[in-house]
Amino acid sequence: MSTATITTNAAREVVAPRSLRSATTEPAWVKWTLIGIALAFLTLFLFVPLAIVFAEAFKKGWGVYLAAVTDPDALSAIKLTLIAAGISVPMNLVFGIAAAWCIAKFEFRGKNVLLTLIDLPFSVSPVISGLIYVLLFGLQGWWGGWLRDHDLKIIFAVPGIVLATVFVTFPFVARELIPLMQAQGTEQEEAARVLGANGWQIFRRITLPNVKWALLYGVILCNARAMGEFGAVSVVSGHIRGQTNTMPLHIEILYNEYQFAAAFAVASLLAGLALVTLVLKYLVERRVKAQKRVAAERPE
Amino acid sequence: MLFSRTLLKRHSVLPGFDLALGFTLLYLGFIVLLPLSAAFLKTATMTWPAFWDAVTAPRVLASYRLTFGASLAAALMNSVFGLVVAWVLVRYEFPFKRLVDALVDLPFALPTAVAGIALTALYAQNGWIGRFLPFKVSFTPVGVFVALTFIGLPFVVRTLQPVLEDLHKEIEEAAATLGASRLQTFTQVIFPIVSPALLTGFALAFARALGEYGSVIFIAGNMPLISEITPLLIITKLEQYDYTGATAIAVVMLVSAFALLLGINALQAWTRARQGR
Repeated sequence: MSTATITTNAAREVVAPRSLRSATTEPAWVKWTLIGIALAFLTLFLFVPLAIVFAEAFKKGWGVYLAAVTDPDALSAIKLTLIAAGISVPMNLVFGIAAAWCIAKFEFRGKNVLLTLIDLPFSVSPVISGLIYVLLFGLQGWWGGWLRDHDLKIIFAVPGIVLATVFVTFPFVARELIPLMQAQGTEQEEAARVLGANGWQIFRRITLPNVKWALLYGVILCNARAMGEFGAVSVVSGHIRGQTNTMPLHIEILYNEYQFAAAFAVASLLAGLALVTLVLKYLVERRVKAQKRVAAERPE
Repeated sequence: MLFSRTLLKRHSVLPGFDLALGFTLLYLGFIVLLPLSAAFLKTATMTWPAFWDAVTAPRVLASYRLTFGASLAAALMNSVFGLVVAWVLVRYEFPFKRLVDALVDLPFALPTAVAGIALTALYAQNGWIGRFLPFKVSFTPVGVFVALTFIGLPFVVRTLQPVLEDLHKEIEEAAATLGASRLQTFTQVIFPIVSPALLTGFALAFARALGEYGSVIFIAGNMPLISEITPLLIITKLEQYDYTGATAIAVVMLVSAFALLLGINALQAWTRARQGR
């Protein structure tokens, strides 16, 4: 019996090289069925939803489209969205660099706890991200009375919108920078230090060029989320037309008023932004991967 | 000076530790920790029975069932199709593959409100897709499932892709030489290797779906007890100035989300340890 087994195995070994390729790839029909399933799923859930935004936006022609996106309320919503992103992205950029510098370049106690805490905002529902600021700054909130006495408004005003946006985009830059800077290690910075460079020079001349693409990548993602945030901003905004409406909130109002063409027109601007984001992401991603490869090949 | 003396495990010649960590902690404290603790402290002012009543009212329970149920169904859907998409993108060549690959991230980039109105229009009874379906999707719990599937789609694909790319061809060749059929190689060799990543992707998609608001409220119809998700209920309570009630529900959601986050972290650590990297 054992001889028989050996013979069959030997026979298999002989034929193996010829059939190995077909043995580690699927038959063509399986391949194309799987591709078909994948594309059908993506079409149904991704491509068609994207297409319908533009189709609905231009359904009633250019005139309606232009009127919708140049309406004073729409323009003020665009402006507020740009302000919110324009403040929150630089804030989280500075934070991301500071957090990445201490986490990636130093060994200290409590690092893992800090890493978990930085990720925390991603697991908080957008609605709750807005709610917690209402609890602090709203009229019934901790500091609501004090703010009212000093005639300051945070909730239902622009500062609240900015704060909520900062919260939901909090981890983006830090998350991109930390793994890359950890992989890059500290030798180059230490060498610069020994040669007499000060902290700012080390950062500007060594660290920044090494992480610039990951930094840009984080900023792109952070910006996309900042401009598109809906739930958190919705809670703190108060929905005052022309004053505290961002683009996503303006879309909601138009939609609820059955002005579908106008709602989709404003939505198409954000969908365009999403496409630009994807293109930039695609272009930058390859450079980030290249920097990661260089870091991985670093001699220990 | 304080941090470098007490926390540093190893002396470093690099400057800026105190400044960077000080700023990080201050910013984290003011933007994230202080506001989050406000939610827990607000609930602490409630008596236990009042809290219990607030978080177990029939309307609230119905919203948990919908939110958790639809999130689970959507995450499962994404696990199955996400595996197929990731496999196809890593293993096969086909026209416009790069474009398809880039578009997988669309749900990350597209604002949720835009996704919400687009899906609603598509799956409405006179919509491009809705008209071909024998059942109603928009304004029913099925609509919630559709929106959450859209939102969670990239998580499974993007978690699986690097693991599939790292698979050594030799393992599959070894399986084939030992007489395994292609299906056996997949179910007994490849699948066990990628399953931790699949589980992580599932958990990430599930966690994201639990808190989702923007894309769901347009398509759900928002009928109390039937198609009302928990985040919407929080907003409804806020609009009625029931801040304590809203916060109590928020705390339940926060605790489940944090438990899930810890689970995902443990899962990822375990995967890394298993891969020996």
